[in-house]
Amino acid sequence: MSRKLLLNNIHVEGIHTYDVYRKTGGYAAVEKALKSMSPDDVVEEVKKSGLRGRGGAGFPTGMKWSFIAKPEGVPRHLLCNADESEPGTFKDRYLMEKIPHLLIEGMILSSFALGCEQSYIYIRGEYMYVLRILEKAIAEAYQNGWLGKNIKGSGYNLDLSVSPGAGAYICGEETALIESLEGKRGNPRMKPPFPAIQGLWQRPTVVNNVETICAVVPIVNEGGDAYAQIGIGRSTGTKLISAGGNINKPGVYELELGVSVEEFIYGDQYCGGIKNGKKLKACVPGGSSVPILPHYLVCKTAEGNDRLMSYESLADGGFANGSMLGSGGFIIYDEDQCIVRNTWNFSRFYHHESCGQCSPCREGTGWMEKVLHRLEYGHGKMEDIDLLWDIQRKIEGNTICPLGDAAAWPVAAAIRHFREEFEWHVKEPNACTTRNYGLVKEKVFEKVNA
Amino acid sequence: MSEQIQKITVTIDGKTVEVDPGTTILNAARQIGGEVVPPAMCYYKPLKGSGGKCRTCLVEVSKGSEKDPRPMPKLVASCSTTVMDGMEVKNKSSERVVDARKGVVEFLLINHPLDCPVCDQAGECSLQDLAFEHGADTSRYEFKRREFDKIDIGEYIKLHMTRCILCYRCVYVANQLTPNREHGILKRGDAAEISTYIQNSLDNEFIGNVIDVCPVGALTDKTFRFRSRVWYTKPMDASCDCGKCGGKAVLWMIGNEIARVTARKDQYGEVEEFICNDCRFNKKDLKDWNVEGPRKISRHSVISTNHYEKVAPAHTPLLNKA
Ligand SMILES: Cc1cc2nc3c(=O)[nH]c(=O)nc-3n(C[C@H](O)[C@H](O)[C@H](O)COP(=O)(O)O)c2cc1C
Ligand code: SF4
Ligand code: SF4
Ligand code: FES
Repeated sequence: MSRKLLLNNIHVEGIHTYDVYRKTGGYAAVEKALKSMSPDDVVEEVKKSGLRGRGGAGFPTGMKWSFIAKPEGVPRHLLCNADESEPGTFKDRYLMEKIPHLLIEGMILSSFALGCEQSYIYIRGEYMYVLRILEKAIAEAYQNGWLGKNIKGSGYNLDLSVSPGAGAYICGEETALIESLEGKRGNPRMKPPFPAIQGLWQRPTVVNNVETICAVVPIVNEGGDAYAQIGIGRSTGTKLISAGGNINKPGVYELELGVSVEEFIYGDQYCGGIKNGKKLKACVPGGSSVPILPHYLVCKTAEGNDRLMSYESLADGGFANGSMLGSGGFIIYDEDQCIVRNTWNFSRFYHHESCGQCSPCREGTGWMEKVLHRLEYGHGKMEDIDLLWDIQRKIEGNTICPLGDAAAWPVAAAIRHFREEFEWHVKEPNACTTRNYGLVKEKVFEKVNA
Repeated sequence: MSEQIQKITVTIDGKTVEVDPGTTILNAARQIGGEVVPPAMCYYKPLKGSGGKCRTCLVEVSKGSEKDPRPMPKLVASCSTTVMDGMEVKNKSSERVVDARKGVVEFLLINHPLDCPVCDQAGECSLQDLAFEHGADTSRYEFKRREFDKIDIGEYIKLHMTRCILCYRCVYVANQLTPNREHGILKRGDAAEISTYIQNSLDNEFIGNVIDVCPVGALTDKTFRFRSRVWYTKPMDASCDCGKCGGKAVLWMIGNEIARVTARKDQYGEVEEFICNDCRFNKKDLKDWNVEGPRKISRHSVISTNHYEKVAPAHTPLLNKA
C-alpha cells in the first residue's frame, strides 16, 4: 500500500477535534516552523519538495509563493480555495470534513511563509455544514493559541476566517474568488495584473487549493527533500483522487504519484475494478474539464507505455492522445454509458456556470449544449458534429478565463475519440434513445521504435 | 527635472508607430488609423475599466518585444494588452484573427433578435457595422433566441435587454458618472441581464449617457423612440450654458424640430464629453441652444454615404449591381 501523508490518521476516532488531532502529532509543524525556521526557510522547503498546485493547473507552489510582491507596509493575503465545484471532484470536502485542523495547520504554516496576518478560506456555498466544522475547528485553534496575536510567543500574528460563496463554479477561478470575497459579482479579472501583485483589495495575494495547503504540513514536518523522494519525476508527493463512476469502490484515495492507472482502477486497495464485471469504456482522469480518454488510451499511452497517475504520464500524448491530472476527479465509464449524453451533461454544466462576461463563452457554451441535446435525443444532423467542433474551437483560447477552455476541451476530446458514436446517434435516431452504442473501435497506433 | 518619456515602437499589420509606454495595442492602432484598427464593442476610452469582454478586438502578437521576441501563444484582447518595445502585431493580416473574429461576431449574433428594421439604433449600431464587416452572411444557429421583456427604467430610458451584448459600458457609466449604484448585472452566463433591480428608475442627472455608450439598441431614448430613422435626421453641433455639464451636444433635427439630443461622439463612437439629462431630454427647443453648424459624422458606419458600394462583398450581388 502506498504511503499516506494527509489521510494517515483519517480513521482515528475524533480526529476532527483539536485534542485528538494534537495527540496524533498535530500542530508539530507549526511548532517547528515558529521555533526554528524563518518564513523564507518554509518557502525553501516547499520549493525543494516540488509540490505542485492541487487545484487543477499543477503550478509549482514554491515558485508561486516566491512571486508574491512585498511592497513596504502593504499587507499580503493567503486565500484558501475551497470552492471545489468541478464535477467529479470531492477530495477537499473530505479533508475539511474529516480532518479540519490539518487545513488550519497548513494555513498557519503557509501564511507564516508568505508573511500574511489575515488569511481566508473561501468555501463553496453548498458546503455549509463543512463551514460549520471549520469554524468550530478555528475556534478551537484560537482557544489553544495557534491563531490570534503572538502565536505561541513567536511574535507572529494571524487571523483566519471562513467565507462562503453563493454557489457558483466560476468563483473557484482565483480572480473571481477574489472579487467574490470583496463582496462583488464573481467575474474573473483580466490578467495581468496577477494576484501575486494585485489581488484581494489590490494587495499581493496567493490563492492555493485546500489539498496544496494541507500538503505543506508533512513537508515542514519531514522536510522538502523527503517529500520529493515520494512520487515520480516532477510529480512529487501524494495526491488525493476522487474516484467515481462505474467502479466497485468509489471514494477518496491518497496515492503516491506514479501508481499505474491500471492498478488504480483494478487494484483492490483502490477502485476495485469496474462494477458488475463490465468493460471499461472511457475515463475522465482529472475532473470534467480535462479531455476524456477512450478505453484503449486509459491504461496505456499511444506509445504503448503504462500510463501512470502523474502529471506527466496522464498528459502523455497531448490533446490528441492524452489528458490531464487536473483536480484529480477520476470518473470511470463502463460499456453501458453514452458518451454523447455525458458530453451534453458536461456542456450543460459549463453553460450554467459561465459568468457571461465574454461573448465566446457566454454564447458558445449554450449553443454547444443545445446542439448536443439535439444529438443525444436523436434529432441531430451529421453537420452538427462539425458544427460542435467549430464552436469549441472558436471558444478555446479566446476567453478571459480558462472556463472557456474547460467547456471546449471535453467536447473536442469526445468528438476526437468517439466520432463514430456521435455519427451513430445521427444514423440511428431511434436506437440511440433506447440503447447505447457500446465500445468504440480501438485505434491502432504505430509503435515508436526507440 | 522632467525627463522625456521614452517612446516605444510597435508594428501593426506592417505599419510602425511610436507610442508612450503603457499604451494598449488598440490605442496604438488608432494612432495609425484606418484598416489596422481592430473593432471594439466593449472598450470605451472614457470609461475606466471597460474592455476585455466582447473579444472582437482580438489580435495576434507575432513578436512579443525586442527583448523577448517570442510570439504570444493565444490571441490577445488588443484593448487591454499594453504594447512592448519592438512588438509586432497582426490584425487583419492574420488568418487566425479573421477566423476568431468571425466566430465572435457569430456568437454575438446568435441570441440577438436581428430586429434592425424596427430598432432605433439601426444606422448607428456598432453591431450592424461589425456584422457587416467581419461576420458571415448566414447564421448556423437554429434554436430559439433568448428573449426578455422590454422595461422602462425611469422616465426617459427604455431597456430592451434582448438586444444587449453585455458589454458592461452602461454599468461603468452608472458606476462612474452617477452618485448611486442603481444599475448592474443580474444572473450569469447567457441569462445575465442589465437591470436596475425590481425596475427601480434611473433618475439621476447623468444616467442618460447609458444611451450613448450602448453599442446596440438595448438602451434607447424614450423621447425619440420610433420618431424617425436616424439617417433621416440632420445632426447639428450645438452648445448651451449648462450648470451641470459642458453643454456641448449634437441636435438631431427633423426640419426645425429637435428630434433628439446626444453627446458628441468621435469616429470610434466614443463620447467626447458626457452631457446631463437636462440637456438630453428637456432642451428640445431651438431657443435653448446656440447652434454652431452641421456636424460631420466621421464615424464610419454601414449607413454612411456609399459605404455599401465600397465594401459590398462579392456575395451580395444586388448591392454590387446597384
Ligand atoms: C472555472 C474554474 C474553476 C476553478 N475551481 C477551482 C476550485 O474549485 N478549487 C481550486 O482549488 N481551484 C480551482 N480553480 C483553479 C484556481 O483558479 C487556482 O488555479 C487554484 O486555486 C490555485 O491553487 P493551487 O496552485 O494550489 O492549485 C478553478 C479554475 C477555473 C478556471
Ligand atoms: S471564459 Fe466564461 S466564465 Fe470565464 S470570464 Fe469569460 S464568460 Fe466568464
Ligand atoms: S445595455 Fe447596451 S451598454 Fe449596457 S451592457 Fe447591454 S449592450 Fe452594453
Ligand atoms: S473591445 Fe477589447 S474585448 Fe471588447
